[in-house]
Amino acid sequence: MKLADTLAGLTRVPGVRGALIVSRDDGLVVADTLMEDINGAAVAALAASLAGRMRGVTAALGQPEPVMMYLAGSGGTLLAAPSANGLLVVAVAAPEVNTGELRLLLLDAAARAA
Amino acid sequence: MRALEPWVEAPLSEFLAESAARLALLMTSAGQVVAQHGFTRALDVMSAAALGAGIMASTFELAKVMGTRPMGSVVHQGSAVGVYLASFDTPRGRWLGLVVFGRETSLGLVQLFFATLASDLARAAPAEEPPRQVLAENFEAELNNSLRALFGR
Repeated sequence: MKLADTLAGLTRVPGVRGALIVSRDDGLVVADTLMEDINGAAVAALAASLAGRMRGVTAALGQPEPVMMYLAGSGGTLLAAPSANGLLVVAVAAPEVNTGELRLLLLDAAARAA
Repeated sequence: MRALEPWVEAPLSEFLAESAARLALLMTSAGQVVAQHGFTRALDVMSAAALGAGIMASTFELAKVMGTRPMGSVVHQGSAVGVYLASFDTPRGRWLGLVVFGRETSLGLVQLFFATLASDLARAAPAEEPPRQVLAENFEAELNNSLRALFGR
């Protein structure tokens, strides 16, 4: 399956404003499907940085790497799931998005991207 | 961090804090150093500035040969450190930035905050001063003043 197809599955969820596949080490966009007003490069860099820090925190606690990050803000939601091959699948959504559905799809997308 | 021009200090400090870059060098497209962070020897700064300006000049010429627009940045990614070299326009002309970063940050973050630095510098730059004539007898003193400002010695 192409990376674009993986992202299309995420952006079909109502409330999702964009989805990206990001290189975790570089924080660069590998593939994206985004609304025009979203700065994909900024989301990629910051999400990868956050994922790296979370990995550091869980490692310091002696725990395995997180399988999902979920940030809920007043203006939107960001979910990110690392995949096994150094990629990070990220979704940017409105606050009212069905988080449960998006979470399942994101985990599936991370597994497909690996 | 040391800067020849005081208005460069605040945007560069912010960039260094946000990007977690190890070394940073701002220079004119001719390789004249404007500000530096992390270098401890004048020789290193001058060499890095000359090499960085040379690399960007080469990429500009390469773009001409290929018939494309000039490339805005060049990245050398090593296993331990990366080097990000980019050009940007300011009211003082075209400047170059050379950033050395380690694994504690990422190319994406460096690129992201460098773009902010470039726009902050373009906004903060005062109107261009009329060019001063550099006389041969002043050259040594001017050079020493610049080195003192960049290294505090």
